[in-house]
Amino acid sequence: MTAETMTVLPAADATERLDTASQWQLMRWRFLRHKAAVVSLFVIAFFYAMAIAVEFVAPYDPNIPNVFYQYAPPMRIRFLHEGRLHRPFTYDYVQSRDPKTLRMVFAEDEEQPHPIRFWVKGDPYRFWGLWRGDRHLFGLENPDARIFLLGTDELGRDMLSRVVYGTRISLSIGFIGVILSLALGVLLGGVSGYFGGTVDLFIQRMIELLQSLPQIPLWLTLSAALPREWTAIQIYFGITIVISVVAWTEIARVVRGRFLALREEEFVLAARFLGASETRIIFRHLVPSMTSHLIAVLTLRIPEMILAETALSFIGLGLQAPVVSWGVLLADVQNIRTVASSPWLFSTGVCIIVVVLCFNFTGDGLRDAADPYTH
Amino acid sequence: MTAQTPAGTEATILRVRDLRMHFPIQKGFLRRTVGWIKAVDGVDLELGRGQTLGLVGESGCGKTTTARCILGGYEVTDGEILFNDPELGWVDIASISKDEMFSVRRNAQIILQDPYGSLNPRMTVLDIVGEPLLINGIRGSEREQRVAELLSLVGLRPEYMSRYPHAFSGGQRQRIGIARALALQPQMVICDEPVSALDVSIQAQILNLLEELQDRFGLAYLFVAHQLNVVSHICDRVAVMYVGKVVESAPTGQLYDRPRHPYTEALLSSVPRPDPRNQADEIVLEGEVADPANPPSGCLFHPRCRYAVEQCRLEEPELRPATAGHFVRCHLADDLELMGVSAPAA
Repeated sequence: MTAETMTVLPAADATERLDTASQWQLMRWRFLRHKAAVVSLFVIAFFYAMAIAVEFVAPYDPNIPNVFYQYAPPMRIRFLHEGRLHRPFTYDYVQSRDPKTLRMVFAEDEEQPHPIRFWVKGDPYRFWGLWRGDRHLFGLENPDARIFLLGTDELGRDMLSRVVYGTRISLSIGFIGVILSLALGVLLGGVSGYFGGTVDLFIQRMIELLQSLPQIPLWLTLSAALPREWTAIQIYFGITIVISVVAWTEIARVVRGRFLALREEEFVLAARFLGASETRIIFRHLVPSMTSHLIAVLTLRIPEMILAETALSFIGLGLQAPVVSWGVLLADVQNIRTVASSPWLFSTGVCIIVVVLCFNFTGDGLRDAADPYTH
Repeated sequence: MTAQTPAGTEATILRVRDLRMHFPIQKGFLRRTVGWIKAVDGVDLELGRGQTLGLVGESGCGKTTTARCILGGYEVTDGEILFNDPELGWVDIASISKDEMFSVRRNAQIILQDPYGSLNPRMTVLDIVGEPLLINGIRGSEREQRVAELLSLVGLRPEYMSRYPHAFSGGQRQRIGIARALALQPQMVICDEPVSALDVSIQAQILNLLEELQDRFGLAYLFVAHQLNVVSHICDRVAVMYVGKVVESAPTGQLYDRPRHPYTEALLSSVPRPDPRNQADEIVLEGEVADPANPPSGCLFHPRCRYAVEQCRLEEPELRPATAGHFVRCHLADDLELMGVSAPAA
């Protein structure tokens, strides 16, 4: 379509540009005016980029304990050493025991600066479980020193690496879960809206039944039903399916509603009177008319999925250690001791809030941009 | 019972006989059918080649349903829709096969009412006007060429074909709709209130365009409208519908000069007249349009008719000839002297 269009007339001035703009272009322009949504989209892109390359981004292996750094607080990146400007570096910790509380305390060893380098050799990893590597995005020049920008947990594991690794699991569950519920929702919602009658009646009652079940107990039951001997990856897909079982119903309703509304549109009627086949009407008229709307709806569903996984793992019925997901990380900080003495372990919570908020902003922006009635 | 066309069958392109379209009213969990909406209940029409037949009535009288039935938009309840297809000969659209209907659609097209809703906002003008061509296997530069011709035909610049509908005004959009309807060079075009969504100044332009295209291609129009003044301009014959039935059908001039049905008289009296000294009293109809799901006894119009007598309440009138080519569905047609208006010069 576009290839043919282009040959006729190159867009010249501004009005011409507007007149020949497709709905997608108009939607993009409207979206770009929504500043919060644009910024949020970049933040989300940043997190997903990180999720793709966790092995490289994380400075250490998230599962290797280090007895010398239990509950170490976050290190500061410094620029001044002995009063002089220095390339970015950190001081290592020396620990001693507080004579009163008998707690380990960390003090900075200000003698020796450890400069930060990019593209350093570090813990070996298998990228995506496939390719061997040992390069990391950043690290210390001295391989014996440690950098903990978000502190460490009770086993001395680097929190930053753990949060980064958690990104992959948590964000991909949202994404795969949405794709799964989209497939179910579009199929069942489309069938329901397109055929109507008894099929529609049956599917709608089924959706109402599913929606009337309380969500958390339903998740709990389903995830408790997953066999314990499953491997981490099987559990992961199991949890994704459990979450999608509930989530598809909303999408199915949206799809059905759009199908019902669009079926009555005059341009669909016009196509029918022109002799267009049902396939052509569905794929040339109905589906393109609802994709933008659907994308907006999906964007608003992803954070719900992320939160669902977090909630399940937090209770202990979702993913379990050694798998690192945000829910698993939060489950580690359930006790009062952590709240009181190691607040940096909540950095996972901050990430969750940021990502969920950004998804909501982006979704709002997309929804407004996709709405054909705002001009 | 139908309006006879003197020149014989071959000059006729469409003959609708006793068309009935009843929609079920469904209620409850199991969607039981509890009644029927008789949207179209026994309509007879006849349209000659190159002629224009107006179909007039209030909102909800079944005129749009009739129009859509004629193009196979619904599975009709009963009746015949005979179309004189240049390739297939006489075919009954009410009981036609899918393949034959596909072929008929090349010769019978429609212009829809809403110029905003009837064009897919996600397609360029090239794709909209070119859709019927594409469906019939005309692609690529040939299609582009045809679309360019069609656009100039309806008074739009061919360069506009890369634009999207949102770039056009209501009148321009309706021109795009007309171009799409004409893409396959049909013999008959159903105009479903093509101007009622437009400004008065634009209405005249579109009507003139339609007349021009009719002269050029010998098109037959079935022109659906809810106002008689629009119809007078363009139609050879007019059929007035009330609650799913044709109540009067006559050549335009005759219908305007001397209406035979009280409903037609009321419709005519509502036509705005430019001369302030020649203002007839407008007949304001009392009450609501009859409910097609629960129609009144006898003549459907009697609860609102100011001439109604006892007979009207009891007996349903037949559509019968009053004079040559003038049909009316009223018991009192011969007794009443109804007010017409002088037909505007066509």
